[in-house]
Amino acid sequence: MQNAIEKRIELQAPVSRVWQALTDYREFGEWFRVKLEAPFVPGQVSRGFMTYPGYEHVKWEAVIEKMEPERLFSFTWAHPKSFDKEHYSPDYSGAPTTLVEFRLEKTATGTLLLLTESGFDSIPGDFRAEAFRRNDGGWTEQMKNIESHVAQKP
Amino acid sequence: MSHKSHKPTTARGQSHAPVFAAMGDKTRLLLVAKLCSGQPYSISQLAAGFRLTRQAITKHLRVLERARIVHSVHAGRETRYEFDPKPIAEMKRYLEFVSAQWDGALARLKLFVEG
Repeated sequence: MQNAIEKRIELQAPVSRVWQALTDYREFGEWFRVKLEAPFVPGQVSRGFMTYPGYEHVKWEAVIEKMEPERLFSFTWAHPKSFDKEHYSPDYSGAPTTLVEFRLEKTATGTLLLLTESGFDSIPGDFRAEAFRRNDGGWTEQMKNIESHVAQKP
Repeated sequence: MSHKSHKPTTARGQSHAPVFAAMGDKTRLLLVAKLCSGQPYSISQLAAGFRLTRQAITKHLRVLERARIVHSVHAGRETRYEFDPKPIAEMKRYLEFVSAQWDGALARLKLFVEG
């Protein structure tokens, strides 16, 4: 079983542009949907709150690891036990963390971005089960909607 | 009714031994592959296909048990082991959840830098 998430995406923009979007804390916040307090500094904790609709109560907390200009940006971040408002706790001490790495490579048309998130083996079972209880409810709702929709139009 | 010998949960579920760590071993993967069929196996039955002692098999089963991938069932004097798909399914679902979040974030990043 795989212990990491890997993504690769081609971006039609120069490496310098992508680097800025990743490492300028305000720009990062715009696409990631998080309001951060201060610029990223390797070795320091980055703090803020999510701006993703429905997740505004979720605290962002990451330790910036590496910032190798236009090559590698990485941080470790905490996985809260639950994102669900009712069960969410803003205390991340003791919360399991994973390592997120963005690697950039120049291509003929722009930039290849490689994302890796690793270290999921540190996340205990009950965290995994609870983290998206909310999501689960959402899907149950969705399935009901589809069911009633289909029932109405046989 | 079967008697499950789960260890009591200690502080904040930390007794859930990591599923990945449990699965990161060839012998344990083979044991799980065997147990996946759904029927309970005794230690001797499990040891049959391996060049390992019962003690070694028992040790591996304990690791799987702590990760709750298997649980023991006592039938009289005999202990049998049964597979529990839940922790692996949870792990998979969690990875899919995080993976989907990244798909969303990277799609937004693409729009952001290309726009």
